[in-house]
Amino acid sequence: MSMPFYVAPEQQMKDRADYARKGIARGRSVVVLHYADGILFVAENRSQALHKVSEIYDRVAFAAVGRYNEFENLRQAGIRYADVRGYTYDRTDVTGRGLANMYAQVLGTIFSSGGDKPYEVEIVVAELGATPAEDQIYRLTYDGSVADEADFAVMGGSADAIAEVVTGGFAPGIPLTEAAKLAVRALGADGGPNAAPRSLGVEALEVAVLDRTRAMPRKFRRIKGARLAALLADGSEASNDA
Amino acid sequence: MSDGRHVVELTSEFFRIGSSSFTDFASRVAPDILPSSRAAGAGVGDLTPHGTTIVAATFPGGVVVAGDRRATMGNIIAQRDIEKVFAADEFSIIGIAGAAGLAVELVGLFQVELEHYEKIEGAPLSLVGKANRLATMIRLNLGLAMQGLVVVPLFAGWDEATGEGRIFSYDATGGRYEEHAYFSVGSGSVFARGSLKKLYRPDFDANEAALAVIQALYDAADDDSATGGPDMARKIFPVVLAATEDGVQRLGDEQITALIDQLMASRAERPDGPGAPLA
Repeated sequence: MSMPFYVAPEQQMKDRADYARKGIARGRSVVVLHYADGILFVAENRSQALHKVSEIYDRVAFAAVGRYNEFENLRQAGIRYADVRGYTYDRTDVTGRGLANMYAQVLGTIFSSGGDKPYEVEIVVAELGATPAEDQIYRLTYDGSVADEADFAVMGGSADAIAEVVTGGFAPGIPLTEAAKLAVRALGADGGPNAAPRSLGVEALEVAVLDRTRAMPRKFRRIKGARLAALLADGSEASNDA
Repeated sequence: MSDGRHVVELTSEFFRIGSSSFTDFASRVAPDILPSSRAAGAGVGDLTPHGTTIVAATFPGGVVVAGDRRATMGNIIAQRDIEKVFAADEFSIIGIAGAAGLAVELVGLFQVELEHYEKIEGAPLSLVGKANRLATMIRLNLGLAMQGLVVVPLFAGWDEATGEGRIFSYDATGGRYEEHAYFSVGSGSVFARGSLKKLYRPDFDANEAALAVIQALYDAADDDSATGGPDMARKIFPVVLAATEDGVQRLGDEQITALIDQLMASRAERPDGPGAPLA
């Protein structure tokens, strides 16, 4: 008969956290920041089909880094949750806070339960409020902890180096073009201040906004292709909705 | 979930791989929010107001759908400003005749169904896919239809694949039929269709197509007591939506008032409406 090894709970949690962190650090990063008319999402993502940023509901969007199948699973669950809730009650009753709480419960349970491996993901749930002051960016980590980010959130491999660049250039009420350029510059500076920054082209970026100025209830909009190139080149993004 | 506390936690059902359909999903986690879960006794059809006439017509750049504003309960006018034509999503329109309460619920469910698919899959359904999905939803409603809650939709939209406006009609059993040029459903549909038969031309522009469907609704209201004509005193006019390659747009108050003025002026001259050449 074999003796089970005793592992202290502290050690067990630490091992799990290390495991999740390593998985997340392997992937490219995502920057989410407030801008003048809403919330901007910029991800380094060479795939046009496998999204890291997506729409959940009218004013709520989702961004993630880490293991694709895991955050895709969370994304779909979020859409299902939001649509059932919105259909049962009213569209205005679907909130980012409610969704962030759900995700926190799920991630926390998976992290601390003995059986499964922890999810190797970090996600952002962002919501447009009635006024810019009520816009929210919730950042959730693999263990289910939630942080309410004031100006911006950076997730993924080199989050610290990227966050440093964003901090340097961020100002409240920053216009869309400035915000997009800042985020792209920050994603390229993931090697830290001593490495040469990489330049990221349109094909390596996934960009979307929750745009308060959009007339329809669904405020989520992707910016891609020629429109994205124009935005990053001279800021002349056509303001009409795609 | 049948105790009324809907979805307070993300159960394993939310993480199940598979369907992109909202109706399928809701039938597993919260079946009682769906209209099809309802058991109704015979004759409940009399308990809800009935919406009446919907008319649609295509033109080279898209399709227009219009609905009158009347809902009736027997001989009573239950509502004079009801809306029966809605944007189903960015490129399609649904108009509904029949039991009003259930119709509005079905439209809401169909809208969520399309949006849900689009968000889960990252791309919208094709127009024919949407039309088929609606057929399934009508079929699920058959039990209620047999008890008197009949809902008859008219679905139309801009088909991005073929670059044209298309119209689909349904029967209460979920049968789906593609209609060409124009179509109408509801109690006044016989008169509306007869009117459009004489008025319709395949080379309409958007404005002419809108005028034609409003003319058809006027003719329906002329002969069907359950269809409301333009209410000049209250300024309640038909709802007209157009689907083109730019998406679905509702005709603004100004445009619809201008069309109604034009129609009323010509009807003052000839109350039966524009005459068609005899040969």
